[in-house]
Amino acid sequence: MTVDSLDPGDVDAADILGSAIERREDPALLTGNAEYTDDIQMDGMLHMAVVRSQYGHANILDVDTSEAEAMDGVHGVYTYEDLTSDETPGGGSFALPTAWLLDSLKQVPHQLLATDKVRHQGDGIAVVVAEDRYTARDAAGAVDVEYERLDAVVHPSEAFADDAEQIHDDAEGNVAFDWEIGDAEKTADAFADASHTASIDLENQLLIANAMEPRAAVADYNPGTDELDVAMTTQNPHVHRLLMAGVLGHPEHKLSVRAPDVGGGFGSKIHHYADEALVAWCSMMHEAPVKWVATRSETYLTDAPGRGHETKAEIAMDDDGNIVGLRVDTMANLGAYLSTFAPSVPTYLYGTLLSGQYDIPAIYGHVKGAFTNIPPVDAYRGAGRPEASFLVERLIHLGAKEMGMDPVAFRKQNFVPDDAFPYETQVAVVYDSGEYEKPMDEALEMLDYESFRERQEQARDEGRYIGVGFSCYIEACGLAPSELAGQLGAQAGLWESSLVRMHPSGTVTAYCGTSGHGQGHGTTYAQIVANELGVPYDDVEVVEGDTDEIPQGMGTYGSRSAAVGGSSLVKSAQKVVEKGKEIAAHQLEADPDDIEFENGEYSVAGAPDRSMSMADVAGAAYLAHDIPDEMEPGLEATSFYDPENFVFPFGTHAAIVEVDPDSGEIEIERYVAVDDVGNQINPKIVEGQIHGGVAQGVGQALYEGAEYDDNATLLTGSMQDYAVPKAEHIPEMETESTITPSPHNPLGVKGVGEAGTIAAPQAIVNAVADALEPFGVDHIDMPMDAESVWNAVQANATADGGEQPGDESGTAPETAADDGGDR
Amino acid sequence: MTEHDITLTVNGVEHDLTVEARTLLVHALRDELGYTGTNVGCESSICGACTVRMDGEAVKSCTALAVQADGAEIRTVEDLGTRHDFHPIQEGFQEEHGLQCGYCTPGMMMTALDILEENPDPTREEIREGLEGNLCRCTGYQNIVNAVQNAAEEMQPAAVADGGGTEGSGVTDDDPTPATDGGEGL
Repeated sequence: MTVDSLDPGDVDAADILGSAIERREDPALLTGNAEYTDDIQMDGMLHMAVVRSQYGHANILDVDTSEAEAMDGVHGVYTYEDLTSDETPGGGSFALPTAWLLDSLKQVPHQLLATDKVRHQGDGIAVVVAEDRYTARDAAGAVDVEYERLDAVVHPSEAFADDAEQIHDDAEGNVAFDWEIGDAEKTADAFADASHTASIDLENQLLIANAMEPRAAVADYNPGTDELDVAMTTQNPHVHRLLMAGVLGHPEHKLSVRAPDVGGGFGSKIHHYADEALVAWCSMMHEAPVKWVATRSETYLTDAPGRGHETKAEIAMDDDGNIVGLRVDTMANLGAYLSTFAPSVPTYLYGTLLSGQYDIPAIYGHVKGAFTNIPPVDAYRGAGRPEASFLVERLIHLGAKEMGMDPVAFRKQNFVPDDAFPYETQVAVVYDSGEYEKPMDEALEMLDYESFRERQEQARDEGRYIGVGFSCYIEACGLAPSELAGQLGAQAGLWESSLVRMHPSGTVTAYCGTSGHGQGHGTTYAQIVANELGVPYDDVEVVEGDTDEIPQGMGTYGSRSAAVGGSSLVKSAQKVVEKGKEIAAHQLEADPDDIEFENGEYSVAGAPDRSMSMADVAGAAYLAHDIPDEMEPGLEATSFYDPENFVFPFGTHAAIVEVDPDSGEIEIERYVAVDDVGNQINPKIVEGQIHGGVAQGVGQALYEGAEYDDNATLLTGSMQDYAVPKAEHIPEMETESTITPSPHNPLGVKGVGEAGTIAAPQAIVNAVADALEPFGVDHIDMPMDAESVWNAVQANATADGGEQPGDESGTAPETAADDGGDR
Repeated sequence: MTEHDITLTVNGVEHDLTVEARTLLVHALRDELGYTGTNVGCESSICGACTVRMDGEAVKSCTALAVQADGAEIRTVEDLGTRHDFHPIQEGFQEEHGLQCGYCTPGMMMTALDILEENPDPTREEIREGLEGNLCRCTGYQNIVNAVQNAAEEMQPAAVADGGGTEGSGVTDDDPTPATDGGEGL
């Protein structure tokens, strides 16, 4: 199904919520009128460049800035000592904070610039401020750093080895934290009593965000007012303002952070990076605007990568194929320092989803976080949820195989049943609502699953290997409520704030503390507000992403914007409607209890001719000639909405693939996605979000992965080496949806931004495993490039004397690409 | 650093400017002349966000030197159409939801012009191949393919030869042999 977008003028006002209207954001983006951070030009603007470590792990013996300082056009070169000197601005920590704490967390210092040691390639050592970007980069190249190289560690298992190089003096054994969830003893008992088990040993590879717009910031300090304005690539301006205020020692109320148009984030623009604080400091130092824009190479070296798990896990079943236990042991890569929200990702965002869509009576998860010599790892596109869902769905595939059951029947037998909601899992969350068979059945029909197995058999007889893989995923979105988040270690509330302001003429401006960067909030929020207030859609303007304009906010990530931000807008709009009711009652000389509000019209119950429009009421509120005694003039309302619980989108994705065992090549024949994200505000935008997420999931399954050598030097340091999928790499996606509203918010919405990313990898890996079942291949780590597929086929053929691939030459295929290159 | 006086005709307007030998075309367009609709994504010819048309061919302006463009006619996204008078390609992207964050979109559309000039009625596979030099991280490409198909239908049959919709003043896009691979740097 393809959803056709509609012109807003063709949509009846009563249907504005839920209609696939085209995006109002697009004209600026389509005509070159968008304003991204690097588009900002200011008089007297200087440019900053960062001197970065060449090595993954080294002592710094000396930094010589003299040659750079002497260059024409260079205004200053600064090291960490300069930042903290009495002669220079600020008085903050000059270190990046960690905003999610765990009981066992070993916090380590993360200075804005390294002093005695660098701990990952790209670690900042000095900054240069110059007339223009070319000179700044020339000067950065002229800073001479003398290193003493140290051994490096890349993978958690290396970091935890007995003789591993120590990365931080006070983090013994490179252990960042040791965390568990669930009931170890109960799970051990379940495994002891079980009649069948299946296990897996996997690596969930590191991914690099690759937002098309590199990170950037322009800071403008006004020495007359002491105000510091920063425009930057951020998903959460208010959070950045708060963190930056502490880092710089600049008062929060004299600091503003604005997100201009932002060219994609995917999590990488949530976290507070050193560069942003440094460019602000440089602006204060020089009392001039200063711009910093990352090159793509810098984004590869410094943007927080995601995933990075090494896991052993097992599933236990009774004789009847009921799942009785699940046990997980994960080593998670955190990189060289603790990025802003890093500790939450492999713990609470991962461990709490280990039950998947299944009723599992005993679960135990253990996660050990590792310091390594790669860039700090943090939330990326799904953040913990993809790792959990991948693991669970791979185990389900193997569990079904162990039981000799069809994977569909095995899943259906173990789904949380429809009448069990709200459902409390063994890993600390309560699922809001779900009907897990519905999307599964829809996907089966789309696939014509009944005939698939027959087709598979025929193909095998012809020497062709096709397979189907399922992914019945669940996601937790709209992190909440704040009290719970605090108990789990968050150093921030997870509410959202909004302001709905009626203008005297009856038009509306709605402000929200989320900060969209491609999700179309301007459109969907206007749909929500127009629906609540009963005013024309075109009369609603939406403002986001500016701490000077919006009272407070938490930003956009974790698919929270509709569920939390959208709900906040509903609350604010409802307050406006309530105040308007009192004004209408006063003017219509009726009791407020007798006033009805529908489709933007206030009327007296039983006397529909006595009515006022919302616009009339707004006019009256500002005219203030005739409003109730003691009522303040004006018509606007703010809310701080704290959700009562997470929301849990779910769905079934399925892939049919054909694998050539001779070449190792995989072709996706069909990709079917049936998602249940609750009520849909704009189905066209929902569909687009699913598409994008699936593409990332396909990328992870088949193409992408950050690779480092033994010295922690990034081998996939450019788009030439890291395979961001191209149009020809992504299959046509067939999408459908079911709708199970969430009872946890006034819109009944769940969340969609990360659904496809979470769902897709295991659908494809399961399909490849299904295709290669005759060869005894149970699992191939991602990305499943031709070489790894070919090797898996060969290894099993050799080991088991199983089915042999047609080509008996035993030579590796030409397409093998061990550099993560362009496949 | 050697400096050079060059002339760039951008969207029909002639500009004289002085650039260093190493100044990239995209920086000349964006920083010197203010055509910020063209975006920089990778500085290595891979992602295509910076694609502009130079003398009728798609070129990645992040790896072309400004001096190489001396005397050339450049067409950027600013010349496609306005919000009140979209070019069929812009219309296609709007109607098909072919963009999310929009950062790759100007480059995508300049490449789409190339694709449709070469082949006014491309198959979906041909569009995907034609877009191989332009990366998108948001949309999953499917709606971009839809957008190009939509534009193809709108531009047929007569509209293709003149680029359709709002014509760039003085710039011709009827070169019959544009780059078919989404354009490479010079």
